[in-house]
Amino acid sequence: MIRFDDVSKTYDGQRRAALKNVDLEIEKGEFVFLVGQSGSGKSTFLRLVLREYRPTRGRIFVAGREVNRLHNWKIPGLRRQIGTVFQDFRLLPGKTVHENVAFALQVIGRSRKDIRQLVPETLELVGLEGKGDRLPEELSGGEQQRVAIARAFVNRPRILIADEPTGNLDPATSVGIMKLLDRINRTGATVVMATHDSSIVDQMRKRVVQLADGVVVRDQVKGVYGYQ
Amino acid sequence: MRHIFSETWSGLRRHVTMVVAVVVTTFVSLTLFGAGLLVYQQADLLKGRWYDRVEISVFLCTQATAGDNCTPGADITDAEREQVRQTLESNSEVAAVEFETKEQAYAEFQEAFDGSPVQDSLTVDQMQESFRVKLVDPAQFEGVVSAVAGLPGVQAVQDMREYLQPLIGVLQALQIAAMATGGLLLLAAALQIGNTIRMAAVARRREIGIMRLVGAGNLYIMAPFLLESLIAGLLGIALACGAIVAMILFLTANPQVSLQAGAWIGWPEGIFAMVGVAIVGIVLSIVPTIIATRRYLRV
Repeated sequence: MIRFDDVSKTYDGQRRAALKNVDLEIEKGEFVFLVGQSGSGKSTFLRLVLREYRPTRGRIFVAGREVNRLHNWKIPGLRRQIGTVFQDFRLLPGKTVHENVAFALQVIGRSRKDIRQLVPETLELVGLEGKGDRLPEELSGGEQQRVAIARAFVNRPRILIADEPTGNLDPATSVGIMKLLDRINRTGATVVMATHDSSIVDQMRKRVVQLADGVVVRDQVKGVYGYQ
Repeated sequence: MRHIFSETWSGLRRHVTMVVAVVVTTFVSLTLFGAGLLVYQQADLLKGRWYDRVEISVFLCTQATAGDNCTPGADITDAEREQVRQTLESNSEVAAVEFETKEQAYAEFQEAFDGSPVQDSLTVDQMQESFRVKLVDPAQFEGVVSAVAGLPGVQAVQDMREYLQPLIGVLQALQIAAMATGGLLLLAAALQIGNTIRMAAVARRREIGIMRLVGAGNLYIMAPFLLESLIAGLLGIALACGAIVAMILFLTANPQVSLQAGAWIGWPEGIFAMVGVAIVGIVLSIVPTIIATRRYLRV
């Protein structure tokens, strides 16, 4: 589903490479933790998958497309295959929960009929049934993150990318979010999650890819966080 | 689609003062630009009409005129008149020669000053006969002028362009002034539209970020901004066209203005100016919008 072939990325105006010679393959339906200290290249990895940047060297395949060769006008098509969740939720404050989730479908031109069906279905999946009329500010952090996950998944993308999704949440809430991501993974979606949360990685026992200074230093099936 | 229109509407409402400013600037700059187009066409019209009609007038002596080649107190003799005609007709620079009698000159005078107290101040006898000379090349007038200027019975030789030049000069100055002011204001309008749209984009950067993330197309993201500036631009264009219509109405309906000069612009020139204003106005509203939002659409 995601393949990096000898990928390096150096940002403009910087001498140090953010990623160096990364070779990695993530299969369809896998759940992968991306761990490593700040600045180790986790975010760069995710941004390359989203084609927010092009790699300096190497080839990247996502959902069957070679993304570094993708024309600009085809990038929206790629991003419709990928759902994205962030640490800071990024909800629209003036819109209700339902509107926030529906927004993701409206702006890619889905019909009102689809929206009427998919939005309540997805809100139920993330455990927010009955809260569609609330505003984000009326919700707890965990609930807000559920809204963000609903928005990322409402179009049923094949890949879900989560950048520190539990970074702003307390441990108990984080466990709920992880259960939700696991449920989404079980529907067949590939999940890639960058995290600093060692207890979560240790509990979940999924594949762990560790980056250090832009290099993959560990790739372990059913791994643990493994460093402090 | 519904989403685009509702976003456009909320954008227009949110920045209503800026939108009004944009409409006013667009209106004034386009009006000046349109006025420049009208003046330009007016100058062309005058040039064409007068250059076409006559280039050189050779005025002949009468009893009342004084001049080096005139016999004081006597009209030009028939022989002298015939010599002037032959000199003119044999000159290779001359395309056509027309003789204007005192009666014709008087009739023209009466027509030009119709209704004015000056009208009755002269009699037929006081008018001058003249040869109206058309040149092959209007720019080559010196040879013809010097050939007849010294002949007996010629009171004066006038290059009509001398009289037209100041008028055309004024029109050209007006034209340049209107175009330059219009151009500067167009630039200001373009910058203002760019800034307004940039503000609107900044106000909606969260939405734009999410739209990009979930894979909305660039045109879709840009559409509310394009519509917003296009609506402001169209309002400005409509107002400017209204101003041009008012100018044309003033010119065609006001008898004093239209009578005295003869060759004045009318509806065809007005429509030309309006089409020019519309094209410039649309470009003016779209191009700055594309430039201002490009930064937010970079993938």
